[in-house]
Amino acid sequence: MKEENREKGYDFHEASRTETMTINMGPSHPATHGTVKFFLTLDGETIEDIDVEIGYLHRAFEKECEAQKWNGVFPYTDRLDYTASVLNNVGYAMAAEKLIGIEVPERCQYLRTMISEMARMSGHYTNVGAGALELGALTAFIYFIEARELLWDLIESVCGARLTHNYVRIGGLTNDLPDGFRENVKRVFAKNRKLWDDFDIMLTKNRIFLDRMRDTGGISQKDAIAWGFTGPCLRATGVPYDVRRAQPYLVYDRMNFDIPVGTTGDNFDRYLVRMEEIKQSMSIVEQCLAQMPEGPINVDDARWRMPSKDDSSTRMEPLIFHFKQVIEGPSIPVGEAYQAVEGANGELGYYLVSNGGGKPWKCRVRPPSFALTSALPLLVKGSLLADLIPTFDMINLIGGECDR
Amino acid sequence: MGAMEMNEEKRRGQGASDSEVLARTKAVLGPMGVMIHTHSQHGDDTLVAHAEDVLKVMEFLRDDKSLKFDMMMDLTVVDYLGAEEVHPYLKPMNARFEVVYHLYSVEKNHRIRVKVPLPEDSPYVDSVTGIWVGADWFEREAWDLYGVMFRGHPNLKRILLYEDFVGHPLRKDYGKMKRQPLIGPVN
Repeated sequence: MKEENREKGYDFHEASRTETMTINMGPSHPATHGTVKFFLTLDGETIEDIDVEIGYLHRAFEKECEAQKWNGVFPYTDRLDYTASVLNNVGYAMAAEKLIGIEVPERCQYLRTMISEMARMSGHYTNVGAGALELGALTAFIYFIEARELLWDLIESVCGARLTHNYVRIGGLTNDLPDGFRENVKRVFAKNRKLWDDFDIMLTKNRIFLDRMRDTGGISQKDAIAWGFTGPCLRATGVPYDVRRAQPYLVYDRMNFDIPVGTTGDNFDRYLVRMEEIKQSMSIVEQCLAQMPEGPINVDDARWRMPSKDDSSTRMEPLIFHFKQVIEGPSIPVGEAYQAVEGANGELGYYLVSNGGGKPWKCRVRPPSFALTSALPLLVKGSLLADLIPTFDMINLIGGECDR
Repeated sequence: MGAMEMNEEKRRGQGASDSEVLARTKAVLGPMGVMIHTHSQHGDDTLVAHAEDVLKVMEFLRDDKSLKFDMMMDLTVVDYLGAEEVHPYLKPMNARFEVVYHLYSVEKNHRIRVKVPLPEDSPYVDSVTGIWVGADWFEREAWDLYGVMFRGHPNLKRILLYEDFVGHPLRKDYGKMKRQPLIGPVN
């Protein structure tokens, strides 16, 4: 047969020879949420090589922070992981407080814990919902977006903003809970639990979803640790590392919650870990509301927490401190501190250096999705091009956080 | 001792006895002559080491049975131009930059910060990608934004900025309002 074809001048070997093809995917691609470019080398549908190019959302976060006074940094931190922005506020405030050596009042700690968990829920809703969307499950996406909208209504009632909350300050918070908040939480969470159940029914045992998610983008425990994985992606491999449990901060040591872990470290485990974490976060919010004491939300020290507008417009001393804070910024003692919190994507660390001035000398943020994205070639090399989509979804690159 | 003085000691991280991590590190690395300084400011154990010994130090921290720092959590650089007084050891060494590594041990659940001062005219340090593979992008970012060179890095090129960018913008002598020339598409 082969010989015959040869004679006819037809070479099977030559005809079936394939060449690798290099294509650009992104930086703006409908199937990737986030602005990132993949430089792919494909052999048919198999990924031979991949080069990830980030930086499209780089906006000089650190340079801007160094030009701001300590409190002026908060709006910039909001825009890091913008799906869970208050978590970034909390991390920065805690790092600055560590540098000063002050502790915020108990009620403030409860409020920060509560709002952090709401932010985590929002981050996971966005990630899991958008992940489903990019695999074609538009309905499921809409369900979680509704849940997120309801949650954002709650957050809006607390701090006035839906996406970039800017709620936390060094030494306290901008304001306390509004009236009727507890009833609203009860109402919204009842609805969110219903939406969660529906989402679960639609996706978790869905054949198409399972085929796309299971056994794709897997990583071993050893590799995950070596690549600096944290958060749901590390826990999906079975390592139960969670900053909230390993090095408790705020009032997490008083909370009763589980840390879900996976077994295989593939995309489906990452999905399951996030789904369970949404439930755990809801429970933490409810525990916070049940345990929360009355009391002040700000430290009573005008050097760090700006006096209230009422005080500073009627009394002399608060006016002086208010003026000094606005013009000079709080003069945080010379030193350095690293504070980690559990972000929606993993360990979110702030490393601050002060030279005693009113502005941070250095404001470094350790972005969890930066480390996760750097391992993307390891996760997808040798797999099908289609597997890149769920893997990239579950890695959850947030441009604002990764590119800063 | 008054509360003020206690706070002052806690702030400087001196006076109180060393944590287990720092005690073990000092006991082994001290006689090797690789350490410059240690402190536990705000409870963060910190080790300052000579740049030429960075691989020796990191290998010890990763492989030692009681330390086991298996994860490189963060790597960044600080430019102390005009603020050398923040750390007393910077001026005598004529150092301008400091490479800062934050290490974490998943198994032992403890942290350490390792710092490596570098002079302005030769900001070179050995790459730790051979020890923690995840250091790859972090070192590229440090090169991109601070111009610190990592010897032995497999692919040391810009990561957040574009290839034609001139200078390293997080250096303190790079003006905040400085503009870059506009570039067009290559093809």
